Amino acid sequence: MKKLPGKFGTIAALLLVAGVVLIALGFFADKQRAFFNYIIMYSFIVSIAVGSLGIVALEYMTDAQWSTPFRRISEFLSFGIPFLLLLAIPIVFGIHDLYHWSHKEAVEADPILQGKAPYLNEGFFIIRLFAMIVLWLIFYILIIRNSEKQDETKEYKLLTRNVKISIGFAPVLMISLTITAIDLIMSLEPHWFSTIFGVYYFAGSAVAALSAMVFLSVSLKENGYLASELTDKQFHSMSTLLFGMNVFWAYIAFSQFLLIWYADIPEETFWLQHRIHGSWGVVSLALLFIHFVIPFLILLPGRMKENRLTLKTMAIWLLFAHFLDLYWLVMPNLNKESAFFSWNEIGSLLFIAGFFMLVFKFKADRTNLTPIGDPKLEQAVGLHLHPDISID
Amino acid sequence: MLKKLKEKFVEIDGDLRLEERSNEIYGVTAVFETPDAVIEAAKKVADSGYEKWDVNTPFPIHGMDDAMKLKPTKLGYATFTFGTIGALSALAMIAYMSGFDYKNIIGGKPFFALPPSIPITFELTILLAALFTIIFTLVVFNKLPKMNHPLMDTDYMRRVSSEAFGIFISAEDKKFNPDEVIGMLKSLGSSSVNLVYKFATDEDKIKTPIFKPAFLGILAGTAVLTAVLTYIILNYAIYTVPFDWMTNQPKLNPQKMSTLFADGFGMRTPVEGTVARGFKPYESYGKPDSLIRIISNPMPFTKEVFELGKKKYDTYCSPCHGNYGKADSRLNGQFPNPPTLHSDKIRNWKDANIYHVIVNGQNIMPSYAKQINENERWAIVHYIRALQRSQNALDSDIPVDGNKK
Repeated sequence: MKKLPGKFGTIAALLLVAGVVLIALGFFADKQRAFFNYIIMYSFIVSIAVGSLGIVALEYMTDAQWSTPFRRISEFLSFGIPFLLLLAIPIVFGIHDLYHWSHKEAVEADPILQGKAPYLNEGFFIIRLFAMIVLWLIFYILIIRNSEKQDETKEYKLLTRNVKISIGFAPVLMISLTITAIDLIMSLEPHWFSTIFGVYYFAGSAVAALSAMVFLSVSLKENGYLASELTDKQFHSMSTLLFGMNVFWAYIAFSQFLLIWYADIPEETFWLQHRIHGSWGVVSLALLFIHFVIPFLILLPGRMKENRLTLKTMAIWLLFAHFLDLYWLVMPNLNKESAFFSWNEIGSLLFIAGFFMLVFKFKADRTNLTPIGDPKLEQAVGLHLHPDISID
Repeated sequence: MLKKLKEKFVEIDGDLRLEERSNEIYGVTAVFETPDAVIEAAKKVADSGYEKWDVNTPFPIHGMDDAMKLKPTKLGYATFTFGTIGALSALAMIAYMSGFDYKNIIGGKPFFALPPSIPITFELTILLAALFTIIFTLVVFNKLPKMNHPLMDTDYMRRVSSEAFGIFISAEDKKFNPDEVIGMLKSLGSSSVNLVYKFATDEDKIKTPIFKPAFLGILAGTAVLTAVLTYIILNYAIYTVPFDWMTNQPKLNPQKMSTLFADGFGMRTPVEGTVARGFKPYESYGKPDSLIRIISNPMPFTKEVFELGKKKYDTYCSPCHGNYGKADSRLNGQFPNPPTLHSDKIRNWKDANIYHVIVNGQNIMPSYAKQINENERWAIVHYIRALQRSQNALDSDIPVDGNKK
């Protein structure tokens, strides 16, 4: 197997350092602002790392073959999960800057916050923050260990074992991502609530994780790191999944909007109120087009789903769209009046890019880029026939 | 029954067939045992330069398009067009129905708004895209209602639609030469190569069962039966025992006897001495005018009160008293005329007297106490006073400044 060039690691490290410097500068310039940016960045990293593990589990659960040659890419990206333990620490120090409900005097003066206090309190918040990471970590170790062991032993047993673990992981993933979304993002505005919010974040995460996978798959294939037998058909399936997930995101986003719009209850509408008017209104409209309308129209024709340049562009585009989505969820809580962009966001983006490149490089140097021991690989590479249909 | 059915078939090669075949060759079929074999064979056939040929398999095989060197399908454009038509027609339908034709206020929302229209637009987009693509494909490519194809009713089709994989090369192909084709297919590893002959009668002249009178008759009969049954059920059956549980439930119906109470009335009479909200009893009700105790009209003389008085007067009083109180109403001649309201007697009455007459009635005029409430009565009194003044205006009533009214 070809190894990734050393230059890749150097660029990744440079990006990471630049990101760290910019983020640190942000903390000196405006601490609160920097913490809000940090929440966006952290949620984005969770989206990709945990979302990638979800894609791996999805492949096992559905017994999918077409994606087997690409599974390692998602596995490598989910190696970000162990680092979440470190990345979550700054949030603990930023609770008072971020969350209105963490101020005792605010809770005492507010009967609604008092009612939510059994859930929204500092101690429980920190426990949940780390408990979720530990949960993901447990499943990460369980699934990835079996997958990597299979490269040597080629045991069929490991596949069936991973299928069972993945089925167990599915509900855990849904609930843990819901809790993460509610804790980190929704509780920034503790008076507001939306029961679909967890699904919304999950849908965005799925789009982001798939985009990362699509971008890396196409790039690696073009540079000859993946099996040469892979055809456009596999990329077609992959981008169809990405396309479908993006439509799912739009569906969920619209469901949330429609219910609030229809019920027209002040305790729900105020959250959208300042996102619809003024410069935040422009961002909201831009989100609709950037996240849904434009990718939908571009990826709709079948031929576009096989065009490698289009795929790479749309993958990066959708990653940016997910960042914008998180920005749109988080930032209006800091400044309701108007939208604002600055170099702080660039710091986050550099850090995310550098972080995942390093994570990927680290795993790619030590593990096969293709799961060579997986019995499904043979069918996936010479994709002709579904093996469940046996011909006598 | 079975004997009758058997008569319709023709016996060919010991098998029962629906249609008789001619001696003219339609094409050559070849059966392969595995998907990989048929893909390899398809590649060779495509390389040999044949154009009018096809592959038949029981399920879709990945990579077949490439093996057959097929161009990417253009069906997507048709589906996209149908989907777009669906989206636009849904939006147009909702915009017309809720924005123009049948405006309904729902939750204070605009008559036509985009958010609630999106789900319907989405559904209709999917519906039209799916449905019309299928209908389009069936009619254009499968040539429905034509139901016959020379490949049908052959052993080849029977096998490739269940357990084998086949290649068919048409005799219409320019390169077609029966011996050459059979030889090539055999060399590709086919387990059975056969010739398929055309139908004895012209293909287009074979009557499709869809147009047979019996089938059309059954179709029409089913439609009529369904319609009649639906009509009977919806209009009669659901009102008879035991399906009338919806109409026959223990509830109060207006103007109907009720079994719920011993006295048979649906409405309950209020407790004795109950006074309805906003109702003030008139103490001189049913008593002679000498006992009227009210001195003056309690309603202020404002524009609103005057307009209320005019409205109520026009509704309740004008049928007999006339629009201007001159006793020249539209019931004139059909009904005993009341005296004019402009007589000196009434003009000199106190306001309370007019009020008293409205409540109690006078001579053949009935009481209007039930129709007109207290405030409205006083408003009418104001209006009658204005009518009287308009018929007996003084010079001083004319404004000095002509522009002022």
